[in-house]
Amino acid sequence: MASARPIRLCSLVAVALFVTTPLGGCAEGLFHPAGPVASAELSILYDSLGIMLAIIVPTIAATLAFAWWYRATHKSAKYLPDFQYSGRIEMVVWSIPAMTILLLGGIGWIGSHDLDPYKPIGGAAKPLRIQVVSLDWKWLFILPDLGIAGVNRVVVPVGTPLSLQLTASGVMNAFLVAQLGSQIAVMPHMETRLHLEADRPGIYTGYSTNFSGDGFAAMAFTIEALAPDKFAQAVAAIRGRGPTLDAASYAELAKPSQAVAPYTYGAVSPGLFDAILRPQTPPAGPTHAERTGAPKEE
Amino acid sequence: MLGKLSWSAIPTHEPIDMIASGLMILSIGGILIGITVKGHWPYLWREWLTSVDHKRIGVMYCLLAMVMLLRGFTDAIMMRAQQAFAAGGAQGYLPPEHYDQVFSAHGTIMIFFVAMPFIVGLMNFAVPLQLGVRDVAFPTLNSVSLWLAASGALLVNISLVIGNFARTGWFAYPPLSELRFSPDVGVDYYLWALQISGVGTLLGGVNLVTTILKLRAPGMSYMRMPMFCWTALASNLLIIAAFPVLTAAFAMLLLDRYLGFHFFTVGHGGNMMMYVDLFWVWGHPEVYILILPPFGVFSEVVATFSGKPLFGYRSMVAATLAICILSFMVWLHHFFTMGAGADVNSVFGIISMIIAVPTGVKIFNWLFTMYRGRLRLTVPTLWTIGFMITFAIGGATGVLLAIPPIDFIVHDTVFLVAHFHNVIIAGVLFGAFAGYNYWFPKAFGFTLDEGWGKASFWCWLIGFYLAFMPLYWLGLEGMPRRMQHYQDLGWQPWLQVAAVGALVILCGIACIIIQLVVSIRTRDRRRDTTGDPWNGRTLEWATPSPPPMWNFPSLPQVEGEDAFWHMKQLAREGEGQPAQPAAYGPIEMPKNSPTGFITAFFAVVTGFALIWHIWWMVGLGLAGAFATTLVFAWRDVAEMEIPAEQVASFYEAHPAGLLR
Repeated sequence: MASARPIRLCSLVAVALFVTTPLGGCAEGLFHPAGPVASAELSILYDSLGIMLAIIVPTIAATLAFAWWYRATHKSAKYLPDFQYSGRIEMVVWSIPAMTILLLGGIGWIGSHDLDPYKPIGGAAKPLRIQVVSLDWKWLFILPDLGIAGVNRVVVPVGTPLSLQLTASGVMNAFLVAQLGSQIAVMPHMETRLHLEADRPGIYTGYSTNFSGDGFAAMAFTIEALAPDKFAQAVAAIRGRGPTLDAASYAELAKPSQAVAPYTYGAVSPGLFDAILRPQTPPAGPTHAERTGAPKEE
Repeated sequence: MLGKLSWSAIPTHEPIDMIASGLMILSIGGILIGITVKGHWPYLWREWLTSVDHKRIGVMYCLLAMVMLLRGFTDAIMMRAQQAFAAGGAQGYLPPEHYDQVFSAHGTIMIFFVAMPFIVGLMNFAVPLQLGVRDVAFPTLNSVSLWLAASGALLVNISLVIGNFARTGWFAYPPLSELRFSPDVGVDYYLWALQISGVGTLLGGVNLVTTILKLRAPGMSYMRMPMFCWTALASNLLIIAAFPVLTAAFAMLLLDRYLGFHFFTVGHGGNMMMYVDLFWVWGHPEVYILILPPFGVFSEVVATFSGKPLFGYRSMVAATLAICILSFMVWLHHFFTMGAGADVNSVFGIISMIIAVPTGVKIFNWLFTMYRGRLRLTVPTLWTIGFMITFAIGGATGVLLAIPPIDFIVHDTVFLVAHFHNVIIAGVLFGAFAGYNYWFPKAFGFTLDEGWGKASFWCWLIGFYLAFMPLYWLGLEGMPRRMQHYQDLGWQPWLQVAAVGALVILCGIACIIIQLVVSIRTRDRRRDTTGDPWNGRTLEWATPSPPPMWNFPSLPQVEGEDAFWHMKQLAREGEGQPAQPAAYGPIEMPKNSPTGFITAFFAVVTGFALIWHIWWMVGLGLAGAFATTLVFAWRDVAEMEIPAEQVASFYEAHPAGLLR
């Protein structure tokens, strides 16, 4: 029957798309990992995909084969009009998916614990602290230990674990640099944590994955990973030059703007991130509603 | 007087909007004028708009779904066109404030006003027939449910002309959906449309669960129910359990927006994560509400066209109920990336993967139903085979997403978009189209054209792969969903392939419309005179096509699974003819009622008034709806008697059907 063939062709095309695409394209994304987190996640992806393919490819093949062999016009195929139960087949059809899931569940459990975004990355090097704030519609990066900050761009040293604290001004976003690994949600008045590391120099593009309004599409940013000596030079070039990030310039920055070209701050007033995270922690009682400095509700 | 409403609410400055609204108004106006000119109103009012017949209500639900599919698909093709061009410095033709409405409306419409009405329509049509009964438990309530769903759909479409729709995505996460960040009426349209249609869905769920639990033909024990009835039962139990959660979450967001509450606001003790939590406590069961009935359709189709009973019926029932229960225990996988911690993430990840076990069992059981069968490759069969293959891929990517470290990379990228379209198109829509082709002859008395049906299947299948396989890849490349434009030129060729895929799907939709038109025009030579065009196994095929309002002259006596198959076997062997009433008796049927239509009218008035803060009109709408309920509650006569002669003369004119 001719109608079965195009299905087969289709699934071939689909599989071919899956298999060949990693070979072409530009050198971005998960298939070009630039850090231990992304590498580990890529290998989990390969392992799980392999296990899944081992079960779905035969299933798809069997579907096509059965549909073809038992087609109504194929009179020499065996026909058992009352065949509706076989304990042995039942056992097999329950155990195959169950065993697959047992395997994948193990991968999921171990992977979740190894790659928990909150878990610091081990190693001798002291982690570099980065404070990240998502704004309408740009990203602010503060390096509190170095006293510098940048908008939509940050420099980091290669081979040093990055310890990120993230919060948002206004609405929710999510922070993802696919080549470095895990993403994490970014929410106002809440702190989330993420640990990443770049193990080769390069410029890695990141995005917000959680829709946040009209300027969302232009919320791309770059993480530039530099060799340690170049990183020191870059920090020295930024520090002390350009504007200072303090409460006043932050208020200016927090106003909605779109497609902001990256720039840096040569100095950062201490405690700014905490002030963004916990604006005027209200004391209990009647002053709650009248507090000043808190974001206006309506 | 008119609240926030003024002439500026009409988007005269947006040409695309105006053209779309103009076309919509022209086509609706054209249809209404056509009906008026031809004088069809009395017929429509009597036979359809006020009908409480479950079959007619089912048909109208499916019609609503198909009309809204056109609207939702228009949004889809606009998005695909935008992303095919808006690369590098280009901004495309849709500015962000418009693009954001388009993807929000697309998601809302496709889930709530295409997928839901389609499956609810199929259940409404087929479940009472399969159970061997004359109607659902609460026929007038059924009509109310339908018209409330239509009210929601109408409000969403009004937003195209007056005001604007939400720009928050179809799940409207706060704080973006709070008044501070979305001060216009878009989110209010979204919330009230879904609150109103949500009430309809909940009432419909209560109705079908009651019908399945309490109204079955004599002998139709639970373990003799057709598979579709089991999946309908599971799906409607989920509706009853899940939809109130959505209503509550929306009610809290409405209190935030209308009365200055702080459930989900930034600051003042509000917490947006509670909304995310509640939304997905509904949202995950929702996808199983959608997919379970299509699983039932595939079970019916594969058994019928293989000429064999469904393989492993008991296993299938167990798998359905397992999915029903497990679907309530996995919602956290929609926000693994909110920092819940490794233990919580992995527990929810593993439960999510466990759902793949009963689902896998179902696929294998369909496979073994074909095994040693005589498979007729009809249009419903093609949809089923296409589903089994494509859904296997969608299931696999779903399991990948259930592994938290993989989700950390691809969450909210277009990989996720590809995954849920993979399961919703290849699962829910393919199932709906299979059911549409399968039950159409029962509903209208003639079969649908095979050639155009096959063409529509191939266009949808090929179009689906072209449109969504590139998105899987782009998601792994790190492309977020919902981008109005993007810098990376490397993504553009993939998005252009996806746009071509959308065009192929458009051809598939065109084929479905042509199929319907061609079939209607040639209906005289495709009449189903037997009542059983597919050599079916379940009781709906025992009636003439289309069945009379009362379905069965006397309730059938069910002796086993596949009740109709069994009766046909007995009839063939000549042993004990199926019990036919010696003489027809009069039949009590519920009377038609305009309650549903009028309630829905007032619901639209109330919703519209609430959206625009027109308080006097809110009072008017609520009073009208309440008065309608009172009038219905005080009715004197709820049923009418169909005289025995009318029943007898119907069966004289329709000699087909075993149960007559």
